[in-house]
Amino acid sequence: MKVAVLVFPGSNCDQDMLGAWQLMPEVDCQYVFHSESSLEGFDVVAVPGGFSYGDYLRCGAIARFSPVMKALQEFAESGKPVIGVCNGFQILLEAGLLEGALLRNEGLSFICRPEKLRVANNHSMFTSAYSENQVLEIPIAHGEGNYYCDAETYARLKSNGQILFEYENNPNGSFMNIAGICNSKGNVLGMMPHPERVVESLLGGTDGLPLFHTILNFCQHKTA
Amino acid sequence: MYPNPQQIKDQKIYSRMGVSDGEFEKITEHLGGRLPNYTELGIFSVMWSEHCSYKNTKPQLRKFPTKSPKVLQGPGEGAGVIDIGDGLAVVFKIESHNHPSAVEPFQGAATGVGGIIRDVFSMGARPVACLNSLRFGELNNERNRYLFEKVVKGISAYGNSVGVPTVGGEIYFDDCYNGNPLVNAMCVGLLKHEDLQKGVAGGIGNSVLYVGSSTGRDGIHGATFASENLSEESESKRPSVQVGDPFMEKLLIEACLEAIQHPKIIGIQDMGAAGLSCSSAEMAAKGGVGIELNLDLVPQREKNMSAYEMMLSESQERMLLVVEKGYEAEVADIFKKWDLYAVNVGTVISEPILRVKHKGIIEAEMPVQALTEEAPVYYRNSAEPVYFQEGMKRAAFVGAEIKEQAEQKYQNNWIDILKGLLATSSIASKRRVFQQYDYMVQTNTVAGPEKSDAAILRIRGTQKALAMTVDCNSRYVYLNPEKGGALCMAEASRNIIASGAQPIGVTDGLNFGSPENPEIFWQIEKSVDGIVAACKAFDIPVIGGNVSLYNERSSMGAVFPTPIIGMVGLIDNPDHITTQMVKHAGDSLILIGGNEQAAFGGSELQKMLFGSVYGDCPGIDLEEAAQLNVRMLEAIQQGLVRSAHDVSEGGLAVCLAEKLFGTGLGAKVSYQAEDPINWLFAEGGHRWVLSTAEPDKVLTLFGAHASLIGEVLADANLDLWGENLPVASAEQIWAHALDHSVDVAN
Repeated sequence: MKVAVLVFPGSNCDQDMLGAWQLMPEVDCQYVFHSESSLEGFDVVAVPGGFSYGDYLRCGAIARFSPVMKALQEFAESGKPVIGVCNGFQILLEAGLLEGALLRNEGLSFICRPEKLRVANNHSMFTSAYSENQVLEIPIAHGEGNYYCDAETYARLKSNGQILFEYENNPNGSFMNIAGICNSKGNVLGMMPHPERVVESLLGGTDGLPLFHTILNFCQHKTA
Repeated sequence: MYPNPQQIKDQKIYSRMGVSDGEFEKITEHLGGRLPNYTELGIFSVMWSEHCSYKNTKPQLRKFPTKSPKVLQGPGEGAGVIDIGDGLAVVFKIESHNHPSAVEPFQGAATGVGGIIRDVFSMGARPVACLNSLRFGELNNERNRYLFEKVVKGISAYGNSVGVPTVGGEIYFDDCYNGNPLVNAMCVGLLKHEDLQKGVAGGIGNSVLYVGSSTGRDGIHGATFASENLSEESESKRPSVQVGDPFMEKLLIEACLEAIQHPKIIGIQDMGAAGLSCSSAEMAAKGGVGIELNLDLVPQREKNMSAYEMMLSESQERMLLVVEKGYEAEVADIFKKWDLYAVNVGTVISEPILRVKHKGIIEAEMPVQALTEEAPVYYRNSAEPVYFQEGMKRAAFVGAEIKEQAEQKYQNNWIDILKGLLATSSIASKRRVFQQYDYMVQTNTVAGPEKSDAAILRIRGTQKALAMTVDCNSRYVYLNPEKGGALCMAEASRNIIASGAQPIGVTDGLNFGSPENPEIFWQIEKSVDGIVAACKAFDIPVIGGNVSLYNERSSMGAVFPTPIIGMVGLIDNPDHITTQMVKHAGDSLILIGGNEQAAFGGSELQKMLFGSVYGDCPGIDLEEAAQLNVRMLEAIQQGLVRSAHDVSEGGLAVCLAEKLFGTGLGAKVSYQAEDPINWLFAEGGHRWVLSTAEPDKVLTLFGAHASLIGEVLADANLDLWGENLPVASAEQIWAHALDHSVDVAN
């Protein structure tokens, strides 16, 4: 299985994302530079965290114009899995692949710490290895992770089961404790917490690992 | 526009740039009797500032032991380098950004981080961690709260964006830092031996490549500004503060680490203090060659910049490379891929001079040796201060006076004293600060802030890990600089050892007042002597560092002498990684090291009871400490130690409380102390508390240097001879004290 990790100028969780995928021997994970225009041959695309274009103008607002983003739109439409973490989530929102927006944290400070998340929907290609309402510990590290959407959008996200993760103790003011959502088709995930940081017990936890395994299983099941 | 050479001489314009009469004469001699023009004078003044030349401290710095079989690069390059096996080396250095942070705390601190990161990747290393050591005046003052909050925001904004985790640090508050905060940043990097770079020019006719950001008018004379006392007029020096762009730095890291793989790169150096002047002069001097620069080619972000401005600008995120002739375009392409400037701005020449051309005119022509190695060196006068002599006289009374106050104010209730100490700004949790730093990015952080005595990072692809810490108790150093300097080293070594690592090297950040004051110079001399003695006793080399002098406000005097020790250690086996918190109920608590040297001079309890410190600082037996370090590491490597935490500020009681936080466990102290206040709260000596399931083995290993003091309880109480402190309430005080000091006051 081939996984692309997109690299924008200013991405800084690209190595971490690559490292998480590479823990699974079946995965061939590669960096794809923002100037590339094709994602052909890849089964999964991961948009890593960081500060693409220095977060200038607005988080993710410049990255969405990179050549690779056109290819990503097509890739997402084809139904293959896309995961955006932190700045990756911000980019997916700016690109219109997900709904809503991310505002500055309530309190206006950057926050880095382990955070408790509840799996709000385990019937997705990203979360089926978790049990419903399972509480995970996954770190956050962001200054602009305060998720916002209007009531109508929220009602739709909720009824479609697009809200995958909710904070147990809302750290940043996110609307209805939302930590991670997917698109209506269910193949594009965006989340502020960093699952790629909790895949090794040496580094303090493995709660993120099932997410990567679930995506792998989904892809293998599909090809089989 | 600028004064001509004769006017500079007649009107003593050089004195405005911090150049003395004697130095001006020397400059003229170096130029073969010719008077310097304004641009040349500017370049000399920054190159001869303390910040670039160490002219006041060179004879002191020469005392440090700098060699060991593992040292691949000692002081003199961007950062020191130590072999760690597996073909890898660790690179690290600490640097100050005190003066800029005093007038523009956000940018001052941010660019301090940027500068030290560049020093590390200019060696060819990937930066893997940052630490910082901060000092402010007390938080009951609005200006101090502002400086504190903005410095932290600046470090957070830069470090997080550039993608280097900020894994550790220390923060202290004392009114000696009013108006003159200290902001020292340390960076640690990793490289493969074959990638080691040096800041050297060579090969006549080779090209000098300018890469990174464009040059603006920011930071002009920053190095000079950093080498004079702060005053009310310092506010007008705000244009001397550089402005940072972490996004450019991130691109520059990636581009430089890619570029060093190109075989035709001769040398690479950061444009830090004194920008283009310092990087070109130092690279030429180290190579025994000269450099000719054509400033017309320098990328400029502002119009009509003069040669003087361009040579003195400290615009950030720039590097200078020397590249073999004919390969400029290949190297430039790597930088262009990352949207960075890469411009051929000069040539290596055989004559050992720095020649600067601008608009067809030679604007400066100076011998490079005169700018670098031949900078003046001063042997300052030293005098034992009166405060020190008086402190020594009062030292004998410190203990009795503590007892008296503890009785009066706390009726000797040690639980209340402990609660008081946990709320002091020195001891309170720094969570408010470190959770604004991304301490996990790069996913190597095994132990971040407040987990182990040192931050611990695994090294991918190996079984190894690095431990790192920054330490300085400036109260001790103030009371007794020589002993205090040794105590700082000893504490750093305890922290590294407690994490399970062997200390391998030190970088020192020396922060003092004006060396022209003999009493301050005495502090410098003595504290260096103390550090040197400890380095020798522990067999740890100093591989680089930084000196920041003139940390004074004219109206308020000098800061406490603050020689910060940045220490790095190596762990060979992940099983040896050790954290501070107790793990299992029923484990024994053992105190390692004796109380004989413990005392209250400069202690947290003295500060809490009296509002200031006086007397003599606690003592330490360095030979014994060195042996305990060896023994403690053995105990950890034999698997006997489940947790370890060193005894520092607040003494044994605070150490015990900190070992319990977040564990859900408690501790019962059963050791019968003759003098409980002294046993619980005195500081000094070389002590740790460890928890173990095999107390007999530990006691045998340490002999007379260990004592069983109690055990870990399943019940979350700290039980001191029958008096109980619920851990939750202690933790509540400790965790929120800093928020309380800042937010409530605001």
